[in-house]
Amino acid sequence: MLGKLTWADIPFDNPIEMGAVLFMGGVVAVVLGLVTWYRQWPYLWREWLTSVDHKKIGVMYILLALVMLLRGFSDAIMMRAQQAIAHDGAPGYLPPHHYDQIFTAHGVIMIFFMAMPFMIGLMNIAVPLQIGARDVAFPFLNSVSFWLTAVSVGLVNISLAIGEFAQTGWLAYPPLSELQYSPGVGVDYYIWSLQISGIGTLLTGINFFVTILKMRAPGMNYMKMPVFVWTALCTNVLIMAAFPILTVTLGLLTLDRYLGMHFFTNDAGGNQMMYVNLIWAWGHPEVYILILPAFGVFSEVVATFSKKHLFGYAAMVYATISITVLSFVVWLHHFFTMGSGANVNAFFGITTMIIAIPTGVKVFNWLFTIFRGRVEFHTPILWTIGFMVTFTIGGMTGVLLAVPGADYVLHNSLFLIAHFHNVIIGGVLFGYVAGFNYWFPKAFGFKLNETIGKWSFWFWLSGFYVAFMPLYVLGFMGMTRRMNHYDNPAWTPWLEVAAVGACMILVGIVLQVTQIVVSIRQREALRDWTGDPWGGRTLEWSTSSPPPFYNFAVTPHVHALDEFCDAKERGRIAKHTGAYEDIHMPRNTPAGLFIAVFAAIMGFALIWHIWWMAAFGFLAMVTTFIVRSCNDDIDYYVPASEVARIEGEHERAVALSLANARVAAAVRA
Amino acid sequence: MDATHESLAAHPEHGEHHGPGPNTVFGFWLYLMTDCILFATLFAAFAVARHQFADGPSGHDIFDLKYVGVETLLLLVSSCTYGLAMLDAYRNRTSGLVLWMGITFLLGLGFIGMEVNEFSHLVAEGHGPDQSAFLSAFFTLVGTHGLHVTCGLIWMVVLMSQILIKKNGISGPYMNRLMCLSLFWHFLDIVWICVFTFVYLMGVQ
Amino acid sequence: MKNRISRWLPGAGAFGAAFLLGGCQLDVLDPMGNIGQQEKSLIILSTWLMLIVVVPVISLTLLFAWRYRATNTQATYSPNWAHSRPVETVVWAVPIAIIAVLAVITWQTTHSLDPYKPLTSSRKPVVIDVVALDWKWMFIYPEQGIATVNEIAFPIGTPIEFHITSDSVMNSFFIPRLGSQIYAMAGMETGLHLIADKPGRYFGESAQFSGAGFSDMHFNAIATTDAGFKGWVDQVRHSGRNLTNANYSAVAAPSEKVPATYFAQVQPGMFDQIIAKYRGKAMHFNSGMKAE
Repeated sequence: MLGKLTWADIPFDNPIEMGAVLFMGGVVAVVLGLVTWYRQWPYLWREWLTSVDHKKIGVMYILLALVMLLRGFSDAIMMRAQQAIAHDGAPGYLPPHHYDQIFTAHGVIMIFFMAMPFMIGLMNIAVPLQIGARDVAFPFLNSVSFWLTAVSVGLVNISLAIGEFAQTGWLAYPPLSELQYSPGVGVDYYIWSLQISGIGTLLTGINFFVTILKMRAPGMNYMKMPVFVWTALCTNVLIMAAFPILTVTLGLLTLDRYLGMHFFTNDAGGNQMMYVNLIWAWGHPEVYILILPAFGVFSEVVATFSKKHLFGYAAMVYATISITVLSFVVWLHHFFTMGSGANVNAFFGITTMIIAIPTGVKVFNWLFTIFRGRVEFHTPILWTIGFMVTFTIGGMTGVLLAVPGADYVLHNSLFLIAHFHNVIIGGVLFGYVAGFNYWFPKAFGFKLNETIGKWSFWFWLSGFYVAFMPLYVLGFMGMTRRMNHYDNPAWTPWLEVAAVGACMILVGIVLQVTQIVVSIRQREALRDWTGDPWGGRTLEWSTSSPPPFYNFAVTPHVHALDEFCDAKERGRIAKHTGAYEDIHMPRNTPAGLFIAVFAAIMGFALIWHIWWMAAFGFLAMVTTFIVRSCNDDIDYYVPASEVARIEGEHERAVALSLANARVAAAVRA
Repeated sequence: MDATHESLAAHPEHGEHHGPGPNTVFGFWLYLMTDCILFATLFAAFAVARHQFADGPSGHDIFDLKYVGVETLLLLVSSCTYGLAMLDAYRNRTSGLVLWMGITFLLGLGFIGMEVNEFSHLVAEGHGPDQSAFLSAFFTLVGTHGLHVTCGLIWMVVLMSQILIKKNGISGPYMNRLMCLSLFWHFLDIVWICVFTFVYLMGVQ
Repeated sequence: MKNRISRWLPGAGAFGAAFLLGGCQLDVLDPMGNIGQQEKSLIILSTWLMLIVVVPVISLTLLFAWRYRATNTQATYSPNWAHSRPVETVVWAVPIAIIAVLAVITWQTTHSLDPYKPLTSSRKPVVIDVVALDWKWMFIYPEQGIATVNEIAFPIGTPIEFHITSDSVMNSFFIPRLGSQIYAMAGMETGLHLIADKPGRYFGESAQFSGAGFSDMHFNAIATTDAGFKGWVDQVRHSGRNLTNANYSAVAAPSEKVPATYFAQVQPGMFDQIIAKYRGKAMHFNSGMKAE
């Protein structure tokens, strides 16, 4: 009836896991309880769960990402603690079975369920606004994408309570991930959570590609698109090209595990090298899927806060495009030590280094944007400058690893770990946090507290250096990744320092959470009525904050790169006087949520071999989709009078707040 | 909430302004491109495994080209009949559309039936996908194509039912869906030609 | 107390300390053989080359951010300056030039350091067959007819020719102080050529995660004199145990923290058999245990 699932699969005997389960279960229960207590279910259902509004979906993506940042970081600090104490015969507090799950979950969660949702969330919030559109091309699909990601997060976290997660490392190399060596359900949790969220990501890729290509405001030709839109476009191209490879790769591993096939097994002609090639043919573009939008954020932030045009816009665009193309011809640098010939290794080493050229040009362009600017040190630019310093170091160690002769001794060592955290924290994460601070006032109508934001930045930055510079040294000392314990006393002090660094990052994260809580409490003081708190340059700042659900009462016409800045400078901003037109908008729908929940039921059932439930989940998913396709009433018109009412209300609120401010100033005087 | 909003019917001229419309077909075409990469990856996996027989049979031992030729013919003809269905759709002739679509469906069903028959014979003879890497890759590549065809058949049934039940001709969104299914069906034809060539024709040598 | 402080001290200078602190043992940067030497110089040369651009970028970032802060109204402000042909030429040209030089170095060293390339030496290489097992390393000396687990020895100044495979999952065979590593994969043979110049007892490990017992998958690599090597071989030959097809499966069964073990004789052709057994028809496995 329940397949392989029994009571023994719940880890009652592991106090650490049970503690985590009880804590997470408690948090979920409290949240659900509060929603019920305050009778917020109808509101939640109407405004969020069934929403197809890109801004709300973006907010939900980022919320998901922040929660998963906490989960992924808990894994990280547990690993640092384990390695700091498990030396010279001491086993530490995490046995290999648990420790191996933690480092696998850390990688999977941070890449797939922290970075990806964060990036897609920022794209959701910013891209349609930056191109002057009212929504994405396929709002319903956007909702499906989000919920598929969200339920996959659910699956990964359920693995903590029921069964186990994979103990294979985040890319699950076979034959270790084959049934012969990983007979438990851990790898199956891995496969199905990635497979389900991967479909969601692929749909996002198509959705945003069409949105950017087809829904730009009149006048916005390609060379007038904001750089963030350019990087989002390239990222979506990469998603469309790379994610099908991931789908197939995981699919073939699934067939090996479920139907006894021989794609990657040791025996019967299976080829484990094929898996490694395929997974990196997805995996390397994935790195650029993550970093390109971060580059886009930095470009927006650096121009806005330097009060200056971005230096070398065209070069930035071409650099982005060339990185996009090159990212598909470098995957082999992840396994120079597999024994390819010297010609092959040298080829991939050199293509990898070539990527450093457009990337270096980007860094120079940001540098020359600051040059002769007027830099206002708000939180986002701090993250940007922190990035420029940190990422340059990460780039240097990356090029070093791209030299096969050097990689032969540094491969899979902690040097490699230090390198990719150097670029993923120093590049991707810093970029997303900069974007979070930058666009938060747009999404919510008030700024984040900058004092706490800056403290958080300094703890993150210094914590990063203290945590990861020792790992470079440990790499030179011959320490490989994924060690549960070790006997080399020379490594210990460095790992202790790294653990201190992780604690500093913890302070940074706590401050980030504090920043959000404090800012919500101080929201009236931090309120921005103008819609343009930073003196922004692009279209998203031309509408109110938060924007009305239709984004723009009147579709903007674009005349220049940095249209909004140009309009402000030339006095082209005129109050809208004419009549409004009816606005065509999509209706909310719960279908996306239902499809995803059924997909999760199917995934869970497949993990535990509960075949009837898998069939039910699958059929329910298909049926929901068909029922949805029978519904012709999926969109509506907002009448012009309604638009006029909403716009009028907003204007009155702005006027009132300005008047209040004047009165307050007069009283004080 | 609905009361404050006018119905969509009042704005026929805005029908293609936002949401469905050319974007749908373009988006679907992009999906097909991603599907192309999916099949390309499967072909690559097949290329790696095609000589890994592991003491099992090779393509020469198990493929019957005449049988597969008939399968191919069914699928190719079904592409033509789909084209005829689309001609009727453009002229807004529901009955012609349903007739040709019905024939397309039967041809597709015949194709799937023959494939299932081929697979079940192989498994019965002990040449299942767990025997060798070659057979794993063969079953997976051909089976994935078969699954796509099956999805296409289900889609046809759903779309025909919707058009017949609504009875108001072939309106904008349904035309878009017919276009998408058309792209899908012809795409599967092209994939099959590659399967036939690389798996079967080159496999029997 | 003083001891605690001195243990913490290295952390104070963590950044860049790799090159500064003589006190800690940087295995990879203190190689004991020619291959490792070349790799060390390659790392250092590439780093210097990249510092040509990295140091200015970091300094300019900090300098510009400070100089052009909004409060410094003395500094020039040109809000519309967004393009400059000379600057753009330089920012493309400098990375291109450095990468061009690095590319040439990469091409040459990738060929000269190719793990498959035999080392030129007047001395006949010592051949060692390596089998990665769960979770230990088995070594076969085909010319001496002996086998060991988790320990190898070889004479200094003599090329060592490793033939590497796995009878389990993927591992990576790595002796940090001698240089290159290479993967060990079942059903396949990879190769590696190393040489040791100085006698010593070096740490060997797996650099590719391979499951529960991975952390203890270590071996001793003893570089010694010719006489020392002969003595070691004799010691192995007098260990009294043999490695045969019969007891191989017991040796190969998963085990952790396995001490160095010697086998006086090894059944000829065993290494090839371990590779060849994956070439035939499908083996059947029950719930993760190998059926023989």
